[in-house]
Amino acid sequence: MRKNDFDVIIVGAGPAGLAAGYVLAKEGISVAIIERGIFPGSKNVMGGIFYRSSLDDLIPDFYKEAPIERHIVEQKIWLLSEDSMFSTGIKSEKYNVEPYNCFSIFRAKFDKWFAKKVADASAMIINETVVKDLILDGDRVIGVKTDRPNGDLYCDVVIAADGVNSFLTKSLGLRKKITTNNVALALKEIIELPDKVINDRFGVSGSSEGVTIEITGPYFDKMRAIGFVYTNRNSLSLGLGVVTEDMVKLKINPNDLLEKFKSHPAIKPLINGGETKEYMAHLIPEGGYYSMPKLYSNGFMVVGDAAMLVNSIHREGANLAIESGKFAARTYIEAKKIGDFSQKTLSSYQKKLEDSFVLRDLKTYKNLPKLLEEKQYLISKYPKFIIDAMYEMYNVDKVSKSEKIKLIMNKAKKELGYFNILKDVFSVWRDFR
Amino acid sequence: MHSLVFIKQVPDAAQVRVDYHTGTLIREGVPAIINPYDTHAIEAAVQMKDKFGGIVSVLSMGPPMAEEALRKALSMGADKAYLLCDKVFAGSDTWATSYALWAGAQKVIQENGPVDIFWAGKQAIDGDTAQTGPGLATRLDIPLVTCAIKIIEANPEKGYIIVQRLIEGGSETLQVSMPCMITAEKELNDLRFSPLPDLIKAVKSSVQLLNSTNTTIDPAQCGLKNSPTKVKRVFIPSKRERGEILEPSGKEIADVLFEKIEPVLKQMGRV
Repeated sequence: MRKNDFDVIIVGAGPAGLAAGYVLAKEGISVAIIERGIFPGSKNVMGGIFYRSSLDDLIPDFYKEAPIERHIVEQKIWLLSEDSMFSTGIKSEKYNVEPYNCFSIFRAKFDKWFAKKVADASAMIINETVVKDLILDGDRVIGVKTDRPNGDLYCDVVIAADGVNSFLTKSLGLRKKITTNNVALALKEIIELPDKVINDRFGVSGSSEGVTIEITGPYFDKMRAIGFVYTNRNSLSLGLGVVTEDMVKLKINPNDLLEKFKSHPAIKPLINGGETKEYMAHLIPEGGYYSMPKLYSNGFMVVGDAAMLVNSIHREGANLAIESGKFAARTYIEAKKIGDFSQKTLSSYQKKLEDSFVLRDLKTYKNLPKLLEEKQYLISKYPKFIIDAMYEMYNVDKVSKSEKIKLIMNKAKKELGYFNILKDVFSVWRDFR
Repeated sequence: MHSLVFIKQVPDAAQVRVDYHTGTLIREGVPAIINPYDTHAIEAAVQMKDKFGGIVSVLSMGPPMAEEALRKALSMGADKAYLLCDKVFAGSDTWATSYALWAGAQKVIQENGPVDIFWAGKQAIDGDTAQTGPGLATRLDIPLVTCAIKIIEANPEKGYIIVQRLIEGGSETLQVSMPCMITAEKELNDLRFSPLPDLIKAVKSSVQLLNSTNTTIDPAQCGLKNSPTKVKRVFIPSKRERGEILEPSGKEIADVLFEKIEPVLKQMGRV
């Protein structure tokens, strides 16, 4: 039998691959992480909010040394129409004490830092190398082919952390073709502003405190879209994610959409005077539980975005990726003890995920993508009603309040229909009970 | 054959922006790369090794992060990497830098034997002075070929190399004896796509740190204070105005042009 170059080969140095590599290397397993970018993080994109707890298990108090921008003390939700905005949210001093709940980060800096930790734990990170294919022995994965000369590497197990388009998962036939309904196109700009200006505009008392705004509503019309504004130390991350199918169907140019979004009267004053320093785009796997591939095969496991582990409504992804990387690594360590890397043994990886909050959460929201595909109006018509009602109640025009309530109820009847409201409440209840 | 390549880590010029208030470069967040000309010097040295055997050493001076550039050089086929890293070097101009690199080279020679060819890029894309390579050749007291575009013949046995170099309006071919110093243009070669084992080797290798205590470097000849170059002023050149575009044709254009040029020629005393 051919000698292994490494015990485990991980394809992709994002949070999932790095977490797996970290756990394995700490256990003394020989592991290589193969990354196509010039350094880990160079090609990685996310909205910008990173939850602490999953990484804190691996590297306690990591946020004290990692390159973070601000810890988040206020999270807002905005419902937006063409000319109005309804705001709600939570600001709490509990978010303002260590250990913090979440942070705004730049992935290019953060992943590079994480990768250094993983390399220090003695995992080998190989950059600027693309994995072209898996090497199979029958139906067992035994290595990878890279694009480099003499580029074949052999191992016990390959962990695919190769992102949303996971070519490896597809090549093994573990996943169906991704539909445009299962992925969102996310666009993002980094808009530079002095930290003091950001502090004033977002009402925080120091440059380490941050705010997030999640935005939906009738402004996005028929699209399943979410906009966002996150505060970094000296810049804002502003962007939006739209389910790709809706962009195609409505023939939307994403750049036009983002430009228009930036000029909305509620957004414009936040970014006024800022200079766009970076522009990026990425696909986000938002298909949820039902879009997941089979997560393991003989000598093979799938983690992170490649496994479609994203909870879009809670903007969780990187933390789920880290959890999945940890579980895959632990599954390998167990498998090595009995010297069996067949799918029977590796199936305990899926079991671990099912028992954790990762798949429990995704199961809770498993019907959401379908629900919004059929009833997009839930995130446009209802928010519009709330905005209009709110406007009416605060608009003093000598119409009596009881008259106003009557007007609002009539509007509900006309625009939404009482029976339809009941139906919608029932279908939401049915899907999430 | 022992080659020693001097390399510099520079900010990726394609991504550098200028702070228009201070006139300085904003280096924060800009990825650092090996000076592109230096990569061709490394490739040339590795090609020599492929042909004649021996080893390739690389030497750089810079902050701790310059280790990344040296690792990259190792992945391109270099065998030994050294980094001159010490606060006493901070702010060195090309004179002080070539002194420090020269002293560092003595350490490399001590460890890996005499050098046949010293290599460098023709200039760094951040400072653009093209002085450090020639400065080194002078200190080493060896022949120098700058702006090399082709190695025509290398003969380590007889101790000479024939190199084609770029000059204004053409090229010239020089034969020099070894040891010598060659600075590279991008045309010198095509960079290889390194085999995977070289990348793995680069991750596993160590970069040796040199400083004022483990070399014979005299701190009194390094750093900003001991650099003869003084920066008097940093400014952004005013934008050149766009030239005038004339639409007329035929004889008419000759007249129009003459009208425009005549006063200038008169002013210059040519008419």
